[in-house]
Amino acid sequence: MIKSHRVTAFMLAGMAFCYPAWAAEVAGMVKTSSGQAVIERNGEKLAATVGTRVLVADKLRTGGDGTVGVTLRDNTRLSAGPNSLIVIDKFAFNSSTHDGNMSVGVRKGTLSVATGKIAKRTPESVDFHTPTSVLGVRGTEFIVEVENGRDD
Amino acid sequence: MIKPGLLLLLAGLLGGCVSDRVVLLPSPDGAETALAVRNQAGERVLDRPYAATNTQALAASFDFHASPDYIEKRYAAVLQALPRGPVSHVLYFEPGSDRLTPLSLAELPALRQQAASWQASEITVIGHTDRVGSLAANDALSAKRAEAVRELLIGEGIPAEKLEVAGRGEREPLVPTADEVDEPRNRRVEINVR
Repeated sequence: MIKSHRVTAFMLAGMAFCYPAWAAEVAGMVKTSSGQAVIERNGEKLAATVGTRVLVADKLRTGGDGTVGVTLRDNTRLSAGPNSLIVIDKFAFNSSTHDGNMSVGVRKGTLSVATGKIAKRTPESVDFHTPTSVLGVRGTEFIVEVENGRDD
Repeated sequence: MIKPGLLLLLAGLLGGCVSDRVVLLPSPDGAETALAVRNQAGERVLDRPYAATNTQALAASFDFHASPDYIEKRYAAVLQALPRGPVSHVLYFEPGSDRLTPLSLAELPALRQQAASWQASEITVIGHTDRVGSLAANDALSAKRAEAVRELLIGEGIPAEKLEVAGRGEREPLVPTADEVDEPRNRRVEINVR
């Protein structure tokens, strides 16, 4: 009995070692950062410094002098301008098949986007949205700006 | 005759409403590009670089053509914060094996330097095969090739935590061929630095 538990534990440990990205739902990494830029996660605020991992459901928030740039695992690149609030609502990507989906919300401020591998393979599974609009991606690079957006 | 007070009130109301603006940018390689914007009023398609649309509550959307200068100025901060695009290197293999060709081996030091000089670099090692053999066998071979290159890169001094491997099998040939064709250019590993 104990033995089989040990085997299971070893197998789980082995899986965690092989697929770290699955376990933590890592969506990407902060690549650029200036001024006031934070990641809000489970009610906590973390400094969005270069090299910080970005997880699914994270919110990126910038102050009046802040910007932050993130590269997602499928090579999608995002950046938030000053006074912005961007939410990574969904992100999943299989690097073997390139199947996946993503949904990113702009609550306020500005977002610029250069799309990646998911948009190339299945553009219909990628969306960017604002409080009033949903963008269907057929292009590669664009900017979204929301004025008088929500603060949460 | 509308009283100035009423006008101010109306402007204030509209001013407080959420509005959004979407601008399509040129694709870096000059390829065709388009973006569909859906909202209460329906769907509009932006299909040329710098095509833009403005959506405001209580008003109809209006489309406009933005000037590149205006966009570069208005969105300077957000555009400057966009991370740089990934760079890809391709290494080739001896037939049916996970041994690199001598030419490809010679490329490793340059790669190491790039990985070290980019801030917060991450590296995906993606194995590919030609179409000789079954799908499943090629998935396994491509993963084995990627794993072999991962070991080499670690040997070159690239930290293991920067490296992720993927096997794409025969799904993404560089040179399209019929099944069971021996094609050296498809037996490769792509190294993506981002």
